Amino acid sequence: MNSAFLIFLSAFLVNNIVLIRFLGLCPWLGVSKRLDSAAGMSMAVLFVMLLASWVTWTVYKFILVPFDIVYLRTAVFILVIASLVQFVEMFMRKQAPALYSTLGIYLPLITTNCAILGTTFLVIDNKYTFLSTTVFAVGTALGFALALILISSIRERLDLADIPDALKGAPIAFITASLMSLAFLGFVGLLGLSI
Amino acid sequence: MFKHFTEGIIKNNPVLVLMLGLCPTLAVSTTALDALGMGVAVIFVLVLSNITISALRKVIPEPIRIPVFIIIISTFVTIMDFTLHALSSELYGALGIFVPLVVVNCIILGRAEAFASKHGIFTSFLDGLGMGIGFTIIIFLMGAIREILGSGKIFGNIILGTTFAESPVIYMILPPGGFLVIAFLMGGLNWFQQRSK
Repeated sequence: MNSAFLIFLSAFLVNNIVLIRFLGLCPWLGVSKRLDSAAGMSMAVLFVMLLASWVTWTVYKFILVPFDIVYLRTAVFILVIASLVQFVEMFMRKQAPALYSTLGIYLPLITTNCAILGTTFLVIDNKYTFLSTTVFAVGTALGFALALILISSIRERLDLADIPDALKGAPIAFITASLMSLAFLGFVGLLGLSI
Repeated sequence: MFKHFTEGIIKNNPVLVLMLGLCPTLAVSTTALDALGMGVAVIFVLVLSNITISALRKVIPEPIRIPVFIIIISTFVTIMDFTLHALSSELYGALGIFVPLVVVNCIILGRAEAFASKHGIFTSFLDGLGMGIGFTIIIFLMGAIREILGSGKIFGNIILGTTFAESPVIYMILPPGGFLVIAFLMGGLNWFQQRSK
């Protein structure tokens, strides 16, 4: 139980997926202009990341390893994630239209989100069990949500600030990200966790 | 013809202008050598996938083109993965998870969809090469700036004096430094373009 908590904390704060590991920067910059779209994206990422980690973990453990075709990992994982997202989108549109109208537009974007694929690779590289995988995926997705919601709140205020013309838009967002990343480095050493 | 080649290097630079492929640019630019390795890996995959997709563009059915592109790209990524592992396990270790993640690098799928699936083989080759070189220049620049300021070295050789190398700006090789350098590279390009108008 103790180690599960450490995995969660490590994924959530110390090795924050966006600010420390640099994964998922495209959606992080793309949908962080408004707070409500950031919240929608965060929910979609949490949902897909958990499903994708479960499915790829199972595929790796029960198909790729027994048949000795681990070298196909990259191709298999990306196809599994792409079809999973497509399937979830179709299922959601039929069965849960209300949920679909909030998360639907973010789902196709997630297929090429390197945060999802990166998390599934990290799960395999760290040789996690099924329970650790779940905890790791939830921690990573919540870390993404935290970083996304923080930056979108800051960017809503940045709109009103007086910024040099050349730094408007993406550059000032990156400078903000740099300061946030520095703040997150303060979590290194928390309960003995390292980057 | 050569317009396609030069366009990717400056005017439509994939990283600074199109804002594609940001993740590897920030993550593996802590030293100039790692950055160069990543750049070459991306050029390899981008050129070969552009050529293949362009050659097959009349055969690939329109509705399933994206999955087909992804399979072609992931094939070349797997080849690159093993080649890199065999040639230099040190570089392979430094690039880590970002080697297989080249498959979701938006530059590659973006060029496949926007260019290679509509143009001939040779122009697609030039486009891939130009875009790849544009990416490599930026990631190498980032790596060089961060290595010089962050450890006082370039390619492992001390250049700013031993005093600086003993207590460099460690901030630069930590994750926040990556965000800061890309912010000022983008800002610098904006400033230059606004001034030359």
